[in-house]
Amino acid sequence: MVKTLTIALAGNPNSGKTTIFNNLTGGHQKVGNWPGVTVEKKEGTATHNGYTIRVVDLPGTYSLTAYSQEEIIARNYIIEEKPDLVVDVIDASNLERNLYLASQLIDLGIKLVFALNMVDLAQSRGQIIDHKQLAVLMGVPIIPTVGTKGKGIKELLEAIVRVAEDKASVTRHIHIDYGRELEEKIAEIQGTILSARSSMDEHHARWMGIKLLENDEEVIKEIAKRPRKKAVLGQLQRSTIHLQKILGDDPETLIADRRYGFIHGALKETLHHAKKDRRYLSDQVDTVLTNRLLGFPIFIFFIWAMFQLTFNLGSYPMAWIDAGVGLLAEFVGGLMGEGLLKSLIVDGIISGVGGVAVFLPNIFILFFCIALFEDTGYMARAAFIMDKIMHTLGLHGKSFIPMIMGFGCNVPAIMATRVLESRRDRILTMLINPLISCSGRLPIYVLIAGALFGARAGNVIFSIYLIGITMAILMGQIFKRTLFKGEIAPFVLELPPYRMPTFRGTVIHMWERGSIFIKKMGGIILIGSIVVWALSSFPQTVDYSRDYEGETQLIQKEYAVVIQGAEGEQAAALAEERDQKIAEVEILKEREFQEKSLLGRLGKGIAPVLRPLGFDWKAGVALLTGFVAKEIVVSTFGVLYQAGEEAGEESESLRAAISKSMTPLVGYAFMIFVLAYTPCVATVAVIRRESGSWGWTAFSVGYGIALAWILAFLIYQGGMLLGLG
Amino acid sequence: MDALKLNEMRTGDRGIIERITGTGRFRQRLMEMGFVPGAEIIVEKYAPLKDPIEYVLKGYHVSLRHEEAERVLVRGVEEEEKED
Ligand SMILES: Nc1nc2c(ncn2[C@@H]2O[C@H](COP(=O)(O)OP(=O)(O)OP(=O)(O)O)[C@@H](O)[C@H]2O)c(=O)[nH]1
Repeated sequence: MVKTLTIALAGNPNSGKTTIFNNLTGGHQKVGNWPGVTVEKKEGTATHNGYTIRVVDLPGTYSLTAYSQEEIIARNYIIEEKPDLVVDVIDASNLERNLYLASQLIDLGIKLVFALNMVDLAQSRGQIIDHKQLAVLMGVPIIPTVGTKGKGIKELLEAIVRVAEDKASVTRHIHIDYGRELEEKIAEIQGTILSARSSMDEHHARWMGIKLLENDEEVIKEIAKRPRKKAVLGQLQRSTIHLQKILGDDPETLIADRRYGFIHGALKETLHHAKKDRRYLSDQVDTVLTNRLLGFPIFIFFIWAMFQLTFNLGSYPMAWIDAGVGLLAEFVGGLMGEGLLKSLIVDGIISGVGGVAVFLPNIFILFFCIALFEDTGYMARAAFIMDKIMHTLGLHGKSFIPMIMGFGCNVPAIMATRVLESRRDRILTMLINPLISCSGRLPIYVLIAGALFGARAGNVIFSIYLIGITMAILMGQIFKRTLFKGEIAPFVLELPPYRMPTFRGTVIHMWERGSIFIKKMGGIILIGSIVVWALSSFPQTVDYSRDYEGETQLIQKEYAVVIQGAEGEQAAALAEERDQKIAEVEILKEREFQEKSLLGRLGKGIAPVLRPLGFDWKAGVALLTGFVAKEIVVSTFGVLYQAGEEAGEESESLRAAISKSMTPLVGYAFMIFVLAYTPCVATVAVIRRESGSWGWTAFSVGYGIALAWILAFLIYQGGMLLGLG
Repeated sequence: MDALKLNEMRTGDRGIIERITGTGRFRQRLMEMGFVPGAEIIVEKYAPLKDPIEYVLKGYHVSLRHEEAERVLVRGVEEEEKED
């Protein structure tokens, strides 16, 4: 018979939880999200001794208070889902602080195993841990492990099975002694809770008593839902006042203090330092990397290298994917007869989704770099160095990565907000990130500035980037003061020792994040591409104002005669001339089709809104297609200005056409509009995905458009007043 | 000796934590990270722009901004008591 067990992995951030998880499950895992939030949830299975063990990875936390989303998730999972047992991964080289979470788990009165990880590191630092004695004092089996080398994993599995079968000799319920006064009050509250609900487990009631004294909001809410809430809460209030009076401090502090007291007591007997030296190799590395003079240049070098790798190295596979998508479109197109379905699949789906798939190499390389920064411990140092600057912008030190990445592409940049722990910081960074002008917008600036500003184009484009950065800072300040008022998460940043990452671990970290992009975004981008395709290809038949077919035939006929009469080179030149003329007619036809398609009508429909900005309906259509991707705007202009779809941002004829229909003032307002409104559907999809909320997504799109409109309005109307039009 | 604010200590200084002012989340977070009365704390270094500040506490490294360190009161340990 197959027996199954469910275990949860708990532990401090950086304790090596991911490494232990991968060791237990062999890397086979499902990555998803915890319900309703964007915290990653990982699950995998291990087998041992006829048991199938389901392993659930809890978010890494320092404690189990109810102050952060991660902590609430971890705690609720343990209390509500009741896994058969919890494995706490403890960093042996940072024992005292790691045991704080362990002490809270002990309070919960659940079945536990401690994985004493990184014993190699502790040993090299001369820390000698008597883990057997420590296990006796804690009442929990402790298994030393070295996650990176897979040491102790078998023993860990054995211990898990033993504890689950209640056969572990050291396992016993211990009560952390909180001192006479506190214990009295805990017992009183526990008694009241139990008398209200006699079915409740006494350990759990004790835990609730402790949490109530710790002023834990979640438990207070829980109690408020139950019978006899008045009795319990009344008693709590009296106890708190009493304790404050006789011990001179609030119970929260006293409890934290006693927990560390308990840990200190246990470690006094079991932890010995062979060397008194506390200068480790890691500290020496750090004196260079966060050096007062060298810190910044080194940091800038690393970011530069990351940028180069992501966008330059990434451009090769990007070109392959692009070519692959082209081939696929050709192949599929060849298989199918002309018709709507072919157009949908080739022009809509393949080119739409393919347009986003080309970002995959960028995203994976970026995530590899970020995983490397995190696994080595450099990420925390970078935040340490950058915090002062980012803090003045209302952001966290770690926000600089997403902000810098935004210059390349906002999609990976917004995904990079995952490095931030607090939801407030993440949402704030996501909201202002689109104002950082991505590389996809550059061709538009090059086209328009090139057409209208001549030699000053470079300065003009630079000013657009500067306005973007300024707006990001400004909006950050505004949002911080309006939408995100209230208590800011304190900046208590652990600086873990530098560690040598393993290639496998880093690749797994990269994959965990990157795969989510592939899986979840496919859907939204697919739908977006189909919608835009439909808008630009319906209605199928339009009443053309001219007989394009006839004109083409006429050209064919005319040239057929003269070409026949000419010879050799002359004939070839004439054929070329003929093809060009036919192409011109085709463009005219395409242009009229665009104008009369749903998209064109929409463009005309929104024209009144854009008129105060000086934009005509063509600009409106270009902006509409820009929702799909900014890269498309240039090709849309190409069609609308009859320069042909192949016209790039450097095309002379397109530039000439634009300079005829836009004044420099309008062009500048247009570029500002492009800067500020939604970068592309992929960005919208990723904001939805990362914020986990349609509300924030809608807000991001809405404020982007509003900001774009207002800025363009001010520039155009202001310019007109000043006589610049 | 009078209690100092943690951000008033210089690089290399040692102190014993006396008390954390403030309330709620902030205080709880610091407590669980090991900022408890009686704990020894060493100023490791200042960031290149002088903020935040890195400390060694309970054998690990942690950094706080000035505005947070200000709320931790410490008693300086006399020079002679220092090792090395
Ligand atoms: N020396 C040593 N290094 C380890 C050990 N276990 C993990 N590491 C390294 O420690 C670093 C962090 O490990 P992770 O497994 O990513 O830690 P985590 O707890 O999942 O961290 P978060 O992802 O931040 O929650 C990586 O560079 C690992 O290679 C170990 O037993 N000994």
